[in-house]
Amino acid sequence: MSAATATTPIPKNSGWRLFLQTVIGRAYPRVIGQQREKSWLIFEVLLPLINVAAYVYVYRAIGAPEDYVGFVVIGGAMIAFWMNVLWSMSSQLYWEKEQGNLALYIIAPTSLMAILLGMAIGGMIATLLRAGAIIALGTLLFNVHYVVINPWQLLAVFALTMVALYGLGMMTASVFLLFSREAWHYVNLAMEPVYLLSGFYFPLKNLGFWVALGASIIPLSLGLDAMRQLAFRSGPSLGFLSVPLEIAMLSVLSVVFLIAARWLLATLERLAREEARLTENRR
Amino acid sequence: MFRSPALRSFRMAAWLGWQIESNWTDPFLFAIYSIIKPLAAAGILVVMYRVVTQQAFDTPMFAYLYLGNAFYQYVSAVTTGVSWAVIDDREHYRTLKYIYVAPLNIPLYLFGRGIARFLTTTFAVLIIIAFGVWWLKMPLSLASIDWPLFLVSLLLGTIMLALVGLILAGVTLLTARHSYYIGDAVAGALFLFTGAIFPLEVLPAYLRPIGYALPITYWLELMRRALVGHVAQAFPTFSQVSNSQLLGLLALMTLALGLISWVVFRWCEQRAREQGLIDYTSNY
Repeated sequence: MSAATATTPIPKNSGWRLFLQTVIGRAYPRVIGQQREKSWLIFEVLLPLINVAAYVYVYRAIGAPEDYVGFVVIGGAMIAFWMNVLWSMSSQLYWEKEQGNLALYIIAPTSLMAILLGMAIGGMIATLLRAGAIIALGTLLFNVHYVVINPWQLLAVFALTMVALYGLGMMTASVFLLFSREAWHYVNLAMEPVYLLSGFYFPLKNLGFWVALGASIIPLSLGLDAMRQLAFRSGPSLGFLSVPLEIAMLSVLSVVFLIAARWLLATLERLAREEARLTENRR
Repeated sequence: MFRSPALRSFRMAAWLGWQIESNWTDPFLFAIYSIIKPLAAAGILVVMYRVVTQQAFDTPMFAYLYLGNAFYQYVSAVTTGVSWAVIDDREHYRTLKYIYVAPLNIPLYLFGRGIARFLTTTFAVLIIIAFGVWWLKMPLSLASIDWPLFLVSLLLGTIMLALVGLILAGVTLLTARHSYYIGDAVAGALFLFTGAIFPLEVLPAYLRPIGYALPITYWLELMRRALVGHVAQAFPTFSQVSNSQLLGLLALMTLALGLISWVVFRWCEQRAREQGLIDYTSNY
């Protein structure tokens, strides 16, 4: 290597360029890692699909209308996003702390918010592929019929749901900065109860108005309900609230969660520094 | 007797597993944590059933799926409890190599680690069944339970599930950290084929042989028959098979599984030693 090459200054980014570079840098392993580790096809497509099939056959065993089969397929696919938010967003900073990477994130001359955003975008892209595979295979296997009158509205609902959901993930990731060993248990606890409260396998309105309203704090509850209304013939009659109202509520949740994530991240990072929790490892 | 390495391995692992599972919080929160997940899983089925059948909870179909789902909680808990110990000790606590150099019986140590989840699941299953009887009026009474059949089936089933867990533990010895949910994943997959929440006749004909080949299918049928015999026999799947025949089948399958799990675990363990995977941390 020549001396001239060795001393060539490395261009440094700052401001929004650095923010963007960080987002891409953190999203990269999420997307590329999936291509290198093919076992996700079994663990995150085939096995969830088998689980979805079990609920489909329950509906068939009790003689449910065929649209309910579609509800289960869509719900099963959306579970992939909830799992991604729980295990790869909310608890990610806890894992990083366990492995000793969190301190490196804090030391790096970049924004922690950009790191979280990169995790969210990378996770969302990777999960989109998995959820898409579950919907495609589920639709083919169980002969699901969709009646989509307004595809743009459907796309908008999905996009808003994702923004609100990953905003929630970024917010809870900040909270997990303070957690230790109990973090794993809290995440574990947020699986089946949320599948129930968000109506992953049945229309949300069947929980009753007040329970469904309370469950609406989880963006997937409203998002799934609106998507089912827009994608199935019987959807509108089984919807919890009107689609425009659900879109408005999802918009509010998106803004609130993103702002709260930013504030919580700053506050809890300061608190974690003061209480020396960034490098603790209470196995 | 307690000086026997085999029994000591099991007893100490059970105590250790209980501490790991429970001491991260206070007992009250731990009790809530232990029952809320299985209750929510049961709740999903209850709502699905109610939506379609307009609350017909006193039918044989409801008892079939409700009890099948309740006992299926053991499948995930025991298989994961046994196999998860490998990941926990190797990657989290990084003690697996010390376990291996200690005078322990490794399979019995792993079985012991699964005990904590068995106990918490038993608590959850009791609550789920009580909820079904008192709130949903499921047709089950203490007087009509076939207790000997129930206890023998539960014991055989638990051994069978622990042996499945041992196979998964062997596989886990050879895989990276991201396979941590292999027990849950396998339990989720078998949910479809074992007739846990719907009779096997509902499955397409080409999938049913998978269900008939799985010991969990027979175990769940026995558990239902022990609790609500008349309801379980209302479905055609095993209507021609007596309780003793089912029990014999389960015992034979458990024996076969015992041999298979022993061979698989020992083979995986040998491969893990050869490849230096006993103290491997993947940090994936």
